[in-house]
Amino acid sequence: MSHADAANPEVLTAMGELFVSLPHCRTLGFEYLGTVGRKPTLRVQWREDLVGNPATGVVHGGVITSIVDTTSAVSVAANMQDYETIATLDLRIDYLKAATPGKAIYCTAECYRMASQIAFTRAVCYHDSPDDPIAHGVATFMRGSNPKPMLQVEDKP
Amino acid sequence: MSQFMETFDRLRDEKRYAEVIAAVPYARLMGVEFGEGDDGELLFSLPFYERNVGNTTLPALHGGLIGGFLENAALLHLMWGRESQEAPKIVDFSLDYLRSGRAQTLYARCEITKQGKRVAHVLIEAWQEDRKKPVAVARAHFLLSAGS
Repeated sequence: MSHADAANPEVLTAMGELFVSLPHCRTLGFEYLGTVGRKPTLRVQWREDLVGNPATGVVHGGVITSIVDTTSAVSVAANMQDYETIATLDLRIDYLKAATPGKAIYCTAECYRMASQIAFTRAVCYHDSPDDPIAHGVATFMRGSNPKPMLQVEDKP
Repeated sequence: MSQFMETFDRLRDEKRYAEVIAAVPYARLMGVEFGEGDDGELLFSLPFYERNVGNTTLPALHGGLIGGFLENAALLHLMWGRESQEAPKIVDFSLDYLRSGRAQTLYARCEITKQGKRVAHVLIEAWQEDRKKPVAVARAHFLLSAGS
């Protein structure tokens, strides 16, 4: 999928890869499916070890929190002119309905305001369509949160 | 009453903390531990594991992982004090990140601010070496009764 609409396609490609390759994201099995415009989508497959309620098989809310946090971070990267380190400042999740056991969860996020120091994001989680969401999340990120870059650009080919 | 809740009630009454975690797959995957603190209140802890990292250069725990740990702590804290036929359902969860989570054990404590007939409100606080320097604070609403 093309990153042509990103503020800086190279930054989005590199940061998108970085965010889903972080150890906790690999543990959960996040997959980056691509970005349409500046809205990235990630997927997590249902797995027995991600369940929060063994009586129902519903995925743990913490998995939703992680995919919202990660997808939202990628949406910030879609709006970056250059490489920068970001850190989540706050996050709120509304659990609209229980996820269906056995089905993959998708998350699509959007950075709707890129201010000089703060990025504001919103995200939805769903199975089949973003119009029928499981959860809604809003977050803010601190820009330039650490002088130590998250991505060693010189390591990239 | 589900078989899980029957099991949970028995494990709780016998204070078999590790087996409670073993019964909740994602809590087990994170590596959560809990027990009673010196004051008799529940204390949750999460030893450092490389698989929970979200920033490899610092390194720091993943923000979503911290959220999952706190949400799970709130749920278990609530279930610990209740006689219920079913697990409470989380309605919303709000989390403020105050410091990055270092490669150390993360602790959490919960406080039930309000427990009504239908809804409970829980405050959660997480810290590492120094309780006065919280890594994150959060609050959650849970639905206690099954409705339509």
